[in-house]
Amino acid sequence: MADQDTIDLVKTIEVDKYKYGFETDIESDYAPKGLNEDIVRFISNKKGEPQWMLDWRLEAYRAWLHMEEPTWAKVHYPKIDFQDLYYYAAPKSMAAPKSLDEIDPKLLETYAKLGIPLKEQEILAGIRKQGEPSHLDDEGNEIIAGRVAIDAVFDSVSVVTTFKAELAKAGVIFCSISEALREHPELVKQYLGSVVPQNDNYYAGLNSAVFSDGSFVYVPPGVRCPMELSTYFRMNAKNTGQFERTLIIADKGSYVSYLEGCTAPTREESQLHAAVVELIAHEDAEIKYSTVQNWYPGDAEGKGGVYNFVTKRGDCRGARSKISWTQVETGSAITWKYPSVILRGESSRGEFYSIAISNGRQQVDSGTKMIHLGKNSSSRIISKGIAAGRSDNTYRGLVSAHRKATNARNFTQCDSLLIGDQCGAHTVPYIESKTSTAQFEHEATTSKISDDQMFYCMSRGLSQEEAVALIVNGFVRDVLQQLPMEFMAETQKLIGISLEGSVG
Amino acid sequence: MLTINNLHVKLEDEPREILKGLSLSVKAGEVHAIMGPNGSGKSTLSYVLSGRDGYEVTEGSVAFKGEDLLAMDANTRAAKGVFLAFQYPIEIPGVATMQFLKVALNAQRKARGEKELSIPDFMRFVKERAAKLNISQEMLKRPVNVGFSGGEKKRAEILQMAVLEPSLCVLDETDSGLDIDALKVVADGVNALRSPDRAMIVITHYQRLLDYIVPDFVHVLSAGKIVKSGGKELAHELEANGYAEFVEKV
Ligand SMILES: Nc1ncnc2c1ncn2[C@@H]1O[C@H](COP(=O)(O)OP(=O)(O)OP(=O)(O)O)[C@@H](O)[C@H]1O
Ligand SMILES: [Mg+2]
Repeated sequence: MADQDTIDLVKTIEVDKYKYGFETDIESDYAPKGLNEDIVRFISNKKGEPQWMLDWRLEAYRAWLHMEEPTWAKVHYPKIDFQDLYYYAAPKSMAAPKSLDEIDPKLLETYAKLGIPLKEQEILAGIRKQGEPSHLDDEGNEIIAGRVAIDAVFDSVSVVTTFKAELAKAGVIFCSISEALREHPELVKQYLGSVVPQNDNYYAGLNSAVFSDGSFVYVPPGVRCPMELSTYFRMNAKNTGQFERTLIIADKGSYVSYLEGCTAPTREESQLHAAVVELIAHEDAEIKYSTVQNWYPGDAEGKGGVYNFVTKRGDCRGARSKISWTQVETGSAITWKYPSVILRGESSRGEFYSIAISNGRQQVDSGTKMIHLGKNSSSRIISKGIAAGRSDNTYRGLVSAHRKATNARNFTQCDSLLIGDQCGAHTVPYIESKTSTAQFEHEATTSKISDDQMFYCMSRGLSQEEAVALIVNGFVRDVLQQLPMEFMAETQKLIGISLEGSVG
Repeated sequence: MLTINNLHVKLEDEPREILKGLSLSVKAGEVHAIMGPNGSGKSTLSYVLSGRDGYEVTEGSVAFKGEDLLAMDANTRAAKGVFLAFQYPIEIPGVATMQFLKVALNAQRKARGEKELSIPDFMRFVKERAAKLNISQEMLKRPVNVGFSGGEKKRAEILQMAVLEPSLCVLDETDSGLDIDALKVVADGVNALRSPDRAMIVITHYQRLLDYIVPDFVHVLSAGKIVKSGGKELAHELEANGYAEFVEKV
């Protein structure tokens, strides 16, 4: 088996790459540990990328060398040794699967365990009879869930994308970014880095140099994407950084809703995740981007867990375009994440709906930036922070209006809920306005789960944990309702699970 | 069904004793009314029975269907059939009443090793019970007790009781805040739940409620003890004479 792996791998690596001394590591599908220009070349080569892409990566790498790790966030962690990480890991048996049948059954099992069916026939079979409600929403309305196309990314490699043919019929491109580089290089070249440039910030620079895979979406003019798109990221290999890159383009008058889900196994060492997501919405287009992040948060003492340092930015490039971020952040030891919208187009709209839960020793510093450049642009921010255990939960948000952004409007609401008395919640709003016509509103509240509420729920039969989960789900309801129906019930459960052990 | 024997209760963080040797025995099928002056310990009794934190039992015992009730958590008691209709129902923002009922019923069924109700069955069941209490679909979608009027809150408590079908119902001043029509609706709802295998303890200040929910026994609770027990006519006496007779005794 190992021999076959070796042969397969040798085939995928061009002979001249041997001079970089990778021989000893060939048997595993890792790049050698550490980071240098050769590693960048190795990754690019492994993916069979065109020269311009390699040059782009190298440019990013060189810029990154001169950049500094940001320190302004309210998070603390030991210094990361970037030379002590692997920058590329691929599941051995499947360097380049052609179809579902070639995928290691163990991988399929892993996803099945996570509740993510990858085989289209399974997805179809798993669906309820036509018209039969799948679950109740919180008000008792019956919900009939639709279908979801999934792109699954395992460590550094995209494993499979489902429902491709059906999407293609509508003209929607949904594939891994590696595949997009092969099949649609002109689109990637046009848009990659146009929202988050290579030298944007430390982690974005690192990502630009070594990103391994991620999802690519293009929706042509006037097309409403016929189903939910979703990517599941799974970080599996040890000591491996995961650097995905996602690029979504909604052309004029189109609409797409996309959801990413993330998980990682329990590990004693911390793992680094530094993703970049770029969204581009042209005139009258709308992108809804949802995240349900459940990376391993570390143990109760703060050992292990994922460092989630992510740059997500959307560009409302055209008039009346709309970008909406919804995030449910329950995992990671440290979260450093500010999904932002550049409101360039006239009358464009940006939204940010966030649920950030921290428990144990987790540290969350998250929020958004709404940058108003266009006339009559508007934005709305609803942030729900829940802190339990000995965690720290900070909302950090910037709303700014450029001189030309006349009549820009923003409404911000930040609510924090504390569970127990050893956690902390902080709200750090920054507001800048260069036009007197801008209207910015900010509201903030902090509350606790009361003993009365707990007793009331328990007297009705709920356990302590069920009571906390229910009360918290109520607290975050406004945001939860922004998620695609298909993911609501699952997310409610996840919220309960992530708060286990927070009381008593 | 319920045997309270010489119950002494104090607050956990205060030395003051609130219940001072209370004894009461309730059999299946019976309805007991408890009346008594403000501050005599009626709500405290209901909380101790339903398992609220913050109280310390210093003496005495409570047996429920032959088991030690005081040793159980509040949720275990609920699953075993204890229900308290609160004097002041609690708000849970963002949690629709329908959702709350579903979570509560399923939690209890799970604890008893029963299967969850299917969604259509659950919906039918709740809608039918709600209609009897004049509770609209609209109200079921609203968050638990949030923005409910005083009377709506009390009706919602009885709906919860009707859905959870407990075997021991403790109603703490369910009549307060109800207008006359609502009182009839609620009393009808409660009466519909009377059955040979269900017992009720009805705490009230007013004879009026007992005209609709006719009790088998009436007890006077004063200064932490039951000082007099009788039939339904005792309520009429109290209505006429007040509690002066009992309060002086203390
Ligand atoms: N948590 C508490 N903290 C302080 N005092 C309390 C608490 N609970 C009960 N008490 C006191 O115990 C006594 C009995 O209160 P309880 O609420 O049981 O009376 P009640 O008979 O229900 O009165 P009412 O008719 O006004 O409802 C009162 O003096 C009350 O102030
Ligand atoms: Mg009372």
